[in-house]
Amino acid sequence: MTAQSEVIDPEVKSERILTQIQAINEALDIALGLDETVFELGEDIQDPGGGGFGVHKGLSTKYGLDRVRPTPITEQAIMGAAIGAAITGMRPIPEIMLMNFMAVCQDQLINHAAKLRYMSGGQTHVPVTVRTTTGAGGGFGAQHSDMLEGPLVHTPGLKVVIPSTPADAKGLLLTSIFDDDPVVFIEMHHLYFSISGHVPEGDYRIPLGKARLAREGSDVTLISWGRQVHDCMAVADTLAADGINAEVLDLRSLVPLDTEAMLASVAKTRRVVIVHEAVRRNGFGAELAATINEELFGQLAAPVRRVAAANTPVPYSAPLEAAYMPSKADIEATVRGLF
Amino acid sequence: MTAVQSRVSPDVLVKIFTTAAKIKMYDETYRATMRAGKIGGMYYSARGQEIIPSSFSAVLEPSDYVLTIYRGIHDQIAKGVPLNTLTAEFFGRATGSCKGKGGPMHVTDVASGLILTTGVVGSGLPIGVGVALSAKMRKSGQVAIVNFGDGASNIGAFHEALNMAALWELPVVFVCQNNQYAEYTKYSLGMSVDQISKRGAAYTMRSIHVDGNDPEAMYEAAKTAVDAARAGEGPTLIEAMTYRFYGHVMGDMMKYMPDDELEAARAADPVLKLRADLIAAGTLTDEQVTQIEAGLRTEIDEAFEYAMSSPLPDASDATTDVYAEGIAL
Repeated sequence: MTAQSEVIDPEVKSERILTQIQAINEALDIALGLDETVFELGEDIQDPGGGGFGVHKGLSTKYGLDRVRPTPITEQAIMGAAIGAAITGMRPIPEIMLMNFMAVCQDQLINHAAKLRYMSGGQTHVPVTVRTTTGAGGGFGAQHSDMLEGPLVHTPGLKVVIPSTPADAKGLLLTSIFDDDPVVFIEMHHLYFSISGHVPEGDYRIPLGKARLAREGSDVTLISWGRQVHDCMAVADTLAADGINAEVLDLRSLVPLDTEAMLASVAKTRRVVIVHEAVRRNGFGAELAATINEELFGQLAAPVRRVAAANTPVPYSAPLEAAYMPSKADIEATVRGLF
Repeated sequence: MTAVQSRVSPDVLVKIFTTAAKIKMYDETYRATMRAGKIGGMYYSARGQEIIPSSFSAVLEPSDYVLTIYRGIHDQIAKGVPLNTLTAEFFGRATGSCKGKGGPMHVTDVASGLILTTGVVGSGLPIGVGVALSAKMRKSGQVAIVNFGDGASNIGAFHEALNMAALWELPVVFVCQNNQYAEYTKYSLGMSVDQISKRGAAYTMRSIHVDGNDPEAMYEAAKTAVDAARAGEGPTLIEAMTYRFYGHVMGDMMKYMPDDELEAARAADPVLKLRADLIAAGTLTDEQVTQIEAGLRTEIDEAFEYAMSSPLPDASDATTDVYAEGIAL
């Protein structure tokens, strides 16, 4: 797989090149090795398969089925069991196989995980890291492809992380696991094998709420997360040939949000395009646009723009799905429209 | 076989009575305080259901966990949540168990093991599974008691939780307090089985159908289930038959509950019956019972006085306890 992968350099130097799925596997391995209270639970996560995509490969063999614990197809019980274990001293990592299936256990996540610290006046807290994967473009249709980060960032008490590179996937996952709040860690399976990068060895952690300046520029800021960061980077290359220097900011975590980095970049470039794969209407881009307008209205050289998916379910057939997805051409045209 | 002797020791029955009387008196005081207009909000009376948690409290260790629901005042008192901070929480005071942020439907008191109160029907069961899983993985010997109503046994979470608990042989007791009404609807109108305990068979789970208002039978059921959980013999489903005397929520006119059914249930008040039985058996004298009740009266009055005189939370506290550290909200 690595042969056709694009190689991404992290801020931290390392000679090793891993795919994102290898980086995630390594983070899980390190967390399980570091702390006895860490355990995984989810559907099909045991060897030999190690999960639908092989994220857990080798882990149940190394740590046993108690700590890499396969479950039936039972999302409410997976999430509830993780919450119950978390409020009594454990640090569970439940996996919800695909993000659409989180809809099956929203009561546990939204009514309980997110609120227990608050409702108990700080007596209990819920250190779970809910891992899930998703993304359109693979022909999986409407119930296996959605980006549903919007409702999650709309729920106080949850943290929401979406890595774009292998190094970030490892560093952010380790931080999430040892964070004392519930974190929803959204992996985009398109990136599992398509992107490789240098990944630091050992217990490597990246703080949540710290955006990554993926590319420095002066004329326009492209704000994105997950897969679309790579689209923004490609578009920035194209634009550079025409003398437009785009800055690319990878938010990495939506909650907590690096508002400071976002506003600093936009104040500098005075133009901004927000790019995300979730549907446009009420997507997180709308919140960012509102914040930028509130803080920088008089300083902008052009209106804040968003590039996002169409307000439809994810279609199945390839040309329909392509029409749904925010594309590099959409990003490029939107940026050019600002000048 | 003769039935002259009680199957449960007199000491245990006195314990159960004392807890049940405390719940009954507390509930009466709470409703009177509401009627007097001294406190607003919602109140889900548990009058009539006192014997169930009181029996468990005679079996459980302080370190064991109890989960309950919005109708949870009896479970909270029985597990030993201090009355002062419990009442202050109901009153929305800064001194409440949860600093006034949870309220009656969301009481937690970690110190006494009351680990969760949920306001969502059926949601406590999967969380109870996790609490029991944690106890098993930590080899702590703790047991989790998950209380819920008859209505909760129709929701998917009930079935997912029972399956997982049975599959993993977890130290958990699922206690269905069948008070015969799921909100405003007779439970039998909502299920295809005549007994909820029969649903345990679908998960090959030890299941007990018991008169939850009979302290001896209830104590035996609780002891059987808790002993099995602690011995590593897995979960139990208990369906404890009972009745709620004051409808779904304070102010309920109870028109959907037949008058004769309600009158019969109140006439068979399980707390008053146990009180009379203990006196008739010579276990307690009239004077001793009066003494117990006087002690409870003082404790309850002090709790209401404490809550009433406690300060309301400062508005600045509305934004704390959302996350571990003060991240930008």
